[in-house]
Amino acid sequence: MIKMSEKRHIVPVWFFVGVLLLIYGCLIFVSGLAEWSNPPSTVLAELHAPVWWGGLLIILGGVYVAVFRPKKDA
Amino acid sequence: MTYAPALLNSERLVHLAPVDLAIIAIYFLAVLGIGFYLKRFAKTGEDFFLAGREMTAWVAGLAFVSANLGSLELLGWAGSSYQYGILAAHWYWIGAIPAMVFLGIVMMPFYYISKTHSVPGYLQLRYGSAASALSAVTFAIMTVLMSGVNMYAMAVVMKVVLGWNINFSIWVSSVTVGLYVAAGGLFSAIFNEVLQFFLIWFGALLIPILGLIETGGWKGMVARIQQNFPGQDYTHIWGPLGRFQDNPMGMHWTGIVFGLGAVQAMGYWTTDFLVVQRVLSAKDIRSAKMAPIIGSFFKMAVPFIVILPGLLGLAVLPQHLVPASSLQPGQYSYNEVLPLMLARYCGPGLLGLGITALVAGFMAGMAGNVSAFATVWTYDLYRPFLRKTAPDQHYVSMGRWCTMIGLVISIGTAYLAMGFASIMDYVQALFGFFIAPLFGTVLLGMLWKRVSRAAGFWGLLAGTFSSIGMFVAMKLDPRYVAVFALSPHAKALAQDMYQALWSCVICVTVTVLVTLVTKPRPDEELKGLVYSLTEVQQEGSVGLIRRPAFWGAVAIAIFLVLQIVFW
Repeated sequence: MIKMSEKRHIVPVWFFVGVLLLIYGCLIFVSGLAEWSNPPSTVLAELHAPVWWGGLLIILGGVYVAVFRPKKDA
Repeated sequence: MTYAPALLNSERLVHLAPVDLAIIAIYFLAVLGIGFYLKRFAKTGEDFFLAGREMTAWVAGLAFVSANLGSLELLGWAGSSYQYGILAAHWYWIGAIPAMVFLGIVMMPFYYISKTHSVPGYLQLRYGSAASALSAVTFAIMTVLMSGVNMYAMAVVMKVVLGWNINFSIWVSSVTVGLYVAAGGLFSAIFNEVLQFFLIWFGALLIPILGLIETGGWKGMVARIQQNFPGQDYTHIWGPLGRFQDNPMGMHWTGIVFGLGAVQAMGYWTTDFLVVQRVLSAKDIRSAKMAPIIGSFFKMAVPFIVILPGLLGLAVLPQHLVPASSLQPGQYSYNEVLPLMLARYCGPGLLGLGITALVAGFMAGMAGNVSAFATVWTYDLYRPFLRKTAPDQHYVSMGRWCTMIGLVISIGTAYLAMGFASIMDYVQALFGFFIAPLFGTVLLGMLWKRVSRAAGFWGLLAGTFSSIGMFVAMKLDPRYVAVFALSPHAKALAQDMYQALWSCVICVTVTVLVTLVTKPRPDEELKGLVYSLTEVQQEGSVGLIRRPAFWGAVAIAIFLVLQIVFW
């Protein structure tokens, strides 16, 4: 993946993946916090899945963005 | 899959919150943005049609699996697992893993070394224009047909799940795919397929996790299924295949092993250009060999997000789903099991991610179809038969136009599909007509240098026509089912498997017979095209852990363990 980026200076696909996961993670996490005291009428809503799933996406997205961000010297 | 009766339901399954709409809108903006960003890199024919042959094994491998995930996979196979139980997993395991490993280890070196742009392109080199044109024409027709049917399927799901207008869904999704593929070619299709791969997984993964929590794990789920559907075995993959009448699929183990595993799967995964094109984009031969093997590990795991939700549906859904053909108002069809499970567990935010996963799946499949169509039309039909010599830039422009034209034809097919409730069954069968014999033709061509040009063409033609003949005979007179599919109890999927098996056998037989009475090509013309005349590059002194054969063996070992665990 690195070689491809070096050859043409294309931003690695993993960076785009990271950005999207990060954005989605933030939206879902905040949405989960907002409905914490008034969860939706879905099964197992008491587990607050949006909070931990959103958190997981934020962590994964953050790692991808940090590792694969375009370098200035590229 | 039949969809038209699903429109009887006027009530939508779910209502989206603003955060869900934002997630869907961001997805559309992201895929378009990536497409236009990559446009500047798709300058030459090699860039546009093969992504510059610069993709790493991981990128090509994920795109390889993602392009296949869109082909009605998510909803169709989730519905099939509700209908047939875990038997549907055969299409992910024996129906994929051995073939993907075989592609990586045995066939990929030939595709890659010959520097062909496509599978019909390989046939051109090996057998000449006649076999190549036959393969290219049938592939082009089937590709746009499948693309349209996929598009219609997605539009119906959006209508049923979200209440969206069918025309709106068809046009918005197809114009989006058309724009990003026409802009960045295979570069753009592959980048977006990798993105879509992640979205599909993260959007769908919560359903089996929460489902298993609700049922108390696998054992709890099995107990609930037995309680809801007493006397039926939904959770074993080989046990019920001893007799056709012992399982809801009307299938026998010979159909799965020889029809699906040995022919249909081998044909699809090794000769269907939609998936092979992704691997051809790999940057070197090791990456080209590794890509399908990497893909095989993820393919093996897909039942977790497709088959398991269908099984969980059997365990937890309060209502029993029905076939789409007998759907009444207020009921739901098998094909809606995944959206129903999504609505069961996912509230605002997660729902948007889940819907985005479904849209991403369909768009990945659509993009796969149109990019493959553009390549085959441009390189295997337009260039050899209409304009042999033109600047490279001319073919790139043709590829861009073809992408849009292919989409317009697909949209027409999508509207055609509305008029025929069961057209998808026929299109699936039609697709199978060409894949099974093509596998026989390509494999013989790679392994036996004696096979002549005429033998390749006549074998392919005989296999294709015999496949069509068997299909028509079984539809017109059910007595032929017992003849071709070995039992009057064989149902549609079983019939498809035996039809594929016999058509490949006929293709190989005719090819061998014609070969024996025709003149072979000189050896020097077949270098790089036939196993015995090609020096296949080896990995040299790389360690065991970097060898494709090692990882292929690991994939096969895990596949075998899965068979034993779920026997």
